[in-house]
Amino acid sequence: LNAAPGRAPRHQIRFLPAPGPGGGGAVELVAAQVPVLADHPLVRGPRFKKLKIGAGHRLDVKASGVFVLGIGHGNKLLTDLYNCHLSRVYTVGGLFGKATDDFSDTGNLVEKTTFDHITREKLERILAVIQGTNQKALLMYSNIDMKTQEAYELAVKGLIRPMGKSPPIITAVRCLQFALPEFHLEIHCLHETQQYLRKMVHEIGLELKSSAVCTQVRRIRDGVFTVDDAIPRTQWNLQSIQEAIQNCQLKVETELEKTLG
Amino acid sequence: LDWDDIPPSSALEVISEEEAVQIIAEPLIPLQSSTLRDYVDHSETLAKLIHLGVDLSQVEKRQKAGQLLLTLDFEKDVKKILLFLKDVGIKDNQLGPFLTKNPYILGEDLEALETRVAYLKSKKFGQSEIAQMVSRAPYLLLFSVERLDNRLGFFKNELGLSVKKTKDLVIRLPRLLTGKLEPVKENLQVCQVELGFQRNEIQEIVFKTPKILTASKKRLKQTFDYLHNIMGIPHHMLTRFPQVFNSKLLRIRERHMFLAFLGRAQYDPAQPSYISLDQLVSLPDEVFCTEIAKASMKDFENFLKTL
Repeated sequence: LNAAPGRAPRHQIRFLPAPGPGGGGAVELVAAQVPVLADHPLVRGPRFKKLKIGAGHRLDVKASGVFVLGIGHGNKLLTDLYNCHLSRVYTVGGLFGKATDDFSDTGNLVEKTTFDHITREKLERILAVIQGTNQKALLMYSNIDMKTQEAYELAVKGLIRPMGKSPPIITAVRCLQFALPEFHLEIHCLHETQQYLRKMVHEIGLELKSSAVCTQVRRIRDGVFTVDDAIPRTQWNLQSIQEAIQNCQLKVETELEKTLG
Repeated sequence: LDWDDIPPSSALEVISEEEAVQIIAEPLIPLQSSTLRDYVDHSETLAKLIHLGVDLSQVEKRQKAGQLLLTLDFEKDVKKILLFLKDVGIKDNQLGPFLTKNPYILGEDLEALETRVAYLKSKKFGQSEIAQMVSRAPYLLLFSVERLDNRLGFFKNELGLSVKKTKDLVIRLPRLLTGKLEPVKENLQVCQVELGFQRNEIQEIVFKTPKILTASKKRLKQTFDYLHNIMGIPHHMLTRFPQVFNSKLLRIRERHMFLAFLGRAQYDPAQPSYISLDQLVSLPDEVFCTEIAKASMKDFENFLKTL
């Protein structure tokens, strides 16, 4: 950014004494345009010293995935997007057979259990129950009168969501892979923290009369931003970042229009 | 002198053209400022330094450096130090960056500086070697002869290398002489006790990659842990390719995981399709992908997104 040409140094007019044309000792003032040294790049320093960068929804240290950042004026858009209360999607990895104090596979072991009795059907039954209870919470926090036609239409389109604060809500969950003792879930949620998702894995283990720890939490979607939009570290340069901002601009504007009007 | 005799001149008095021309009515320069910008148009020293390429915006951030430069006179003080630096072997186009890093040298006593250079020459450091050391460790000549001597002795004793090898080490990483010694001692301890290298292995490693002496202990331990315990690289291979310790752990991890994913993570020279550690870390991304992993950049990036 700093390599782009900055503004040219100012010039100042200084009046310097010089011998007059008559050469007879008379002194004249000659106007000379002299660059102001105070504007010299080696004195002024680089044009951009700081950039205001804001972060979108939190992603804790053990998790990975899509992380949205805003630069400069983009930070305002971050706030607006937050107020849209869009959902996020994660792939969550789990491992049956043990329980730890922080629900992840790096925590201190609390207990070990058997898991041979667990089948995919049993897991999916539990997931359905979770989805059911969360659906009720979703409707409650969305503050919509369920008996109205409007509510029905919104529900059909899947547009019901709480537009204010609420505890974490799971809007959809399904099992992607099941290979004892490992399993992978895809979770769509709102107002979540990654630790809440790990706790969920732990509780699924308990419901199945066993125990489970969470091995991976990876965000694959944050609102309108997906993994395909994301820039890997190998492309963290000005060009790619500018392109990425341009590519997402339309999506962001459309969503903000739709929700906030 | 009686104050009442001479009447004060009035500001509205008419004066001759010549007198008028000689009045210089520029705005006053501030007495106190946090930046050199306010003074640079009025100081010959600062102006000449800018033309040499000294970055004043960096210098003014350092303690008392700006103040020092303002008190120096170019002709009397600065010029002779500049000539001295040129004698030592610093090229004209290097003077600016050098002074940006070490403006304090302009306030040093010329004789003391010359004594220090003479000391280095007495230790049989060549002219070009001294020039290289000074330009890469700009603070070097601020150290007294005694301090320099202590430090050379320290490295010779701690590492157990010959005089010639110690000198070679110090020429390649002159920062060793200007940095703190405690961390170096601690790093050597870590290599021996925690990482489990033999003394002769440490000597080899340090001679090949002296930067290991100034690296952060935490990073050293983490990198070693991954290389030895997760990738399974034995000590003697690490001694052969110590440059892996200089590489970022994230890079090692990502590339190793990609190779493992492709089934190509083979680091044993006795096995076929062996990948040497220096190929793993020093090749740029594109070359690594096509030559070593035999995959495209796009595949690598997609893989990174699944981590």
